Amino acid sequence: MSGGTFRFDGRPVPFEEGQTIGAALWADGVRSWRTTRLAGRPRGFFCGIGVCFDCLLTVDGRPDERACVTPARAGADVRPGGRGDGWAG
Amino acid sequence: MARSADVVVVGAGPAGIAAAVAAAVAGAEVVLLDDAPRPGGQYWRHGPAGLGPHHHDRRGWRELSTELAEQRAAGRIALLPAHRVWRLEPSPEASGADGTEGTGGATVHAVTDEDPAGPGGGAAGRERPVTLTARAVVVATGAHDRVLPFPGWDLPGVVTPGAVQTLLKEHGVPVGRRVVVAGSGPFLLPVAASLLRTGATVVAVAEAGDGRGWLTGGRAVLARGSRLREAAGYAAVLGRHGVRPRLRTAVVEAHGTDAVEAVTLARLDRSGAVVPGTARRVACDAVAVGWGFTARVELALQAGAVAVPGPDGGPAVAADPWGRTAVPGILVAGELLGIGGAALAVVTGRLAGAAAAAHALGGSRLPVEAEPVERRLIERRRQLIAFAEVLHRAHPVPAGWPAWLRDDTLVCRCEEVPVGRLREAVDLLGATDARTAKLLTRCGMGWCQGRMCGEAVARLAAGPGTTVLGTHGRDAGLAARPVAVPLTLQALADDPTRREVGP
Amino acid sequence: MSRPSADVIVIGAGVVGAACAQAAARAGLSVVVVDRGPLAGGTTGAGEGNLLVSDKAPGPELDLARYSLERWARLDETLFQVGGPVTPSGAAVTPGAAHPPQPGPSSGGGFELERKGGLIVASGPRSLAVVTELAAAQRAAGLRVDDVPADRLRDLEPHLAPDLAGGAHYPQDAQLQPMLATARLLADARRHGARVLTGVEVTAFLGRGVTGVRTARGDLHAGAVVNAAGPWAGAVAVLAGVHLPVLPRRGVVLVTQPLPPLIRHKVYAAEYVADVASDQAGLESSAVVEGTPSGTVLVGASRERVGFDPGLPVPVLRRLAAQALRLFPVLGEARLLRAYRGYRPYCPDHLPVIGADPRVPGLVHACGHEGAGVGLAAGTGSLVAQVLTGTVPDLDLTPFRPDRFDRSGVAA
Repeated sequence: MSGGTFRFDGRPVPFEEGQTIGAALWADGVRSWRTTRLAGRPRGFFCGIGVCFDCLLTVDGRPDERACVTPARAGADVRPGGRGDGWAG
Repeated sequence: MARSADVVVVGAGPAGIAAAVAAAVAGAEVVLLDDAPRPGGQYWRHGPAGLGPHHHDRRGWRELSTELAEQRAAGRIALLPAHRVWRLEPSPEASGADGTEGTGGATVHAVTDEDPAGPGGGAAGRERPVTLTARAVVVATGAHDRVLPFPGWDLPGVVTPGAVQTLLKEHGVPVGRRVVVAGSGPFLLPVAASLLRTGATVVAVAEAGDGRGWLTGGRAVLARGSRLREAAGYAAVLGRHGVRPRLRTAVVEAHGTDAVEAVTLARLDRSGAVVPGTARRVACDAVAVGWGFTARVELALQAGAVAVPGPDGGPAVAADPWGRTAVPGILVAGELLGIGGAALAVVTGRLAGAAAAAHALGGSRLPVEAEPVERRLIERRRQLIAFAEVLHRAHPVPAGWPAWLRDDTLVCRCEEVPVGRLREAVDLLGATDARTAKLLTRCGMGWCQGRMCGEAVARLAAGPGTTVLGTHGRDAGLAARPVAVPLTLQALADDPTRREVGP
Repeated sequence: MSRPSADVIVIGAGVVGAACAQAAARAGLSVVVVDRGPLAGGTTGAGEGNLLVSDKAPGPELDLARYSLERWARLDETLFQVGGPVTPSGAAVTPGAAHPPQPGPSSGGGFELERKGGLIVASGPRSLAVVTELAAAQRAAGLRVDDVPADRLRDLEPHLAPDLAGGAHYPQDAQLQPMLATARLLADARRHGARVLTGVEVTAFLGRGVTGVRTARGDLHAGAVVNAAGPWAGAVAVLAGVHLPVLPRRGVVLVTQPLPPLIRHKVYAAEYVADVASDQAGLESSAVVEGTPSGTVLVGASRERVGFDPGLPVPVLRRLAAQALRLFPVLGEARLLRAYRGYRPYCPDHLPVIGADPRVPGLVHACGHEGAGVGLAAGTGSLVAQVLTGTVPDLDLTPFRPDRFDRSGVAA
């Protein structure tokens, strides 16, 4: 799989081969892509290795994927996480 | 799919790869699992292009990965990347419940994502269960950064040293342009040096310790000449860029609205309290703070192994020098034996792999200790442990860190629990231990299940000397997790034994 | 004769012991609570917080459940708030702090009491007939219950599977947070003079008629002792020289990730009612699914007679998940974050033990509540306080009397 772009929040974000969604967003200058459930505070990376679950976002309709360990895929539809995004609720 | 093997190794970092190779060399059929797409763990975490300038001990990686490739080519190791193990169940025979000598063994429950192009044709990204049974399992799940709360630590841009290294080693992305590196531990230097090599500015390196621990380490330190040279190398890189580590200094607050814009650095006295008048604000766009590492012991504990405090106060698993736990057929390697770094992880991995194979193939016969290879490994293990203990003593968590907290500082990031609520549970509602504090406040009950806040909750709830293991024994406090990684209810409900067994 | 330490010693700092201590302290008695573990360290810490009338057939347990529900409602209004005002989910409001808004219903007592109502659902005509029959009997006994035809189920629960046969709706069912309830009951008791000693194990009873207990930290003297030791109540009874057939029945609960509000009531499958009353030894499980103010969804309920085995077998977890998905397919993509187990203390006739033990003057039991401990605790506490003060209890305690079992555990 070579590099390409995925869509985030309505715009294309470039990524290199093997990059995670989180790394690509960070390289693109994005520092947060989720808001917390209670206080609505922004979150992005924290631990970077998939154990803190701060970096959750919705990928192709699947909610609560960890941006730091999910590989970027060309054409993927990535949306900010939190507040029940991606859930039918 | 359900399959069986002689030995299953969970975790393909330095310890896991070494264990898998050793077990295969000893004649066992091995399955090696990891949740990442490529082996290497955190230490040798890399992207598709392989190891690069930010990696360490590339020669060690080349040796191990060559051995791994050989054993895979020979059909003795099957590597399963992108498999997340959520539960390790010892087999009934493991406890010798019916009075017979336990032959040991375990069932490994994992999930992986459907391959949309695969024969199952499953929905892209849907989870499916994978079950393996083995006569011996080596748990080599490594560690994650140990973190403690401070005001503003939940601002975007405040990350762990592990996150900095992941972004650099795997993706070549620097975490920021003006970075503060803080906390305590020997890894602060390599993190700072790596950032400098990318052209980033390291605004400050704040080491909370006083730097004297290395000097009192004596023989243990001198025996690790390679590490001393390594440290000198980092110091040189920092020196070239005009970065001088500040000792007895800590980040006591991060500032910003929607991302970090500055931190307050302050000097600490011997107890870790802030020395009045020393607070200084520095602008930055990223902050990496860490206090060593916390071993990921939950799978071993699920299988019945006993948790003990490691030399740094964090959780470790009780085991003999071969990594054998109290449960026959369940072994541990690497950081789970006590945080000690990659070189020690490789050594303990080789020992555990040999012991696992001996168990799986020949009942409970020990690998032969008199063999020169084994003797050298055991001696090397002893040296490396001694050195690790020096490092732990040199980089303690400052006892006075709770004084940096305000009532509205978040202690649990996942559930957004402020320190004030935790203090209320302790002072007014009668919580005397971490578990009760957790159940009263929801600390540790969110997504990360206490991995980020467990250390802080234990120390705040039950006193500075407490570990996450708590004082009420049986359930090992906050270090025990019956579900090691979240999985969908659908994947849990699916019965993998009813699926087609693959080739 | 030693100076009394208190009027009454309560063994067990779980929700039942806490309720007894709070009621006794409010009634003017001096109380000492002892527990070898932390507060709510036993079954209460593993409870879901059920306050159910729906799963009880007319009879003494339903009467006790209704009485207890009223007592909980009263406690929600009157319980002393330690630490000042609380936000709806029981969090203290720190003056000046930027406090994140907490979700959930208003609860003055600080234990997240939610009058959410319960919904039993049947998957086929036979179990629907059982539900309807039980509902009719409960209605005749004065309970509020509405039959719900298949095509109206999703008005109440939009995410229910579309192919269920029907059910019954119980507006009076409620839920609370058991840890907070226990902690606040004990705090209220302390406010009225009670002492709470955690980490202290009772090792013996003193006196023929009870005059106190021996603990690892010294003797405590009192004229009355309340046995609220949950699944260990039988062992405590042995220390007092009597037989009480209380045995553990392991239950497992799954906890999901926090979710947006998907499930409004406590929803459970019709088979649950039969399971509660059964005597099977093997794994029994039937779906119980509900949301919580924190957003997690709890999935129960399994019942196994495995003593105090601490395991969480994967087949049990798997079965609970499958049963939950049968009711709520939407939960398929929800992730399991953790699971825990507890031991319901049950008696052979599935009724609790409440009241003075005629065999041992001074000994009062408050145990054996099986899976209804939280729901029945407030009522039990009031009744025990009445027994202790010599007041006529609000309910006839004959069905719950401690000496109703013969040696083989058969209820007389």
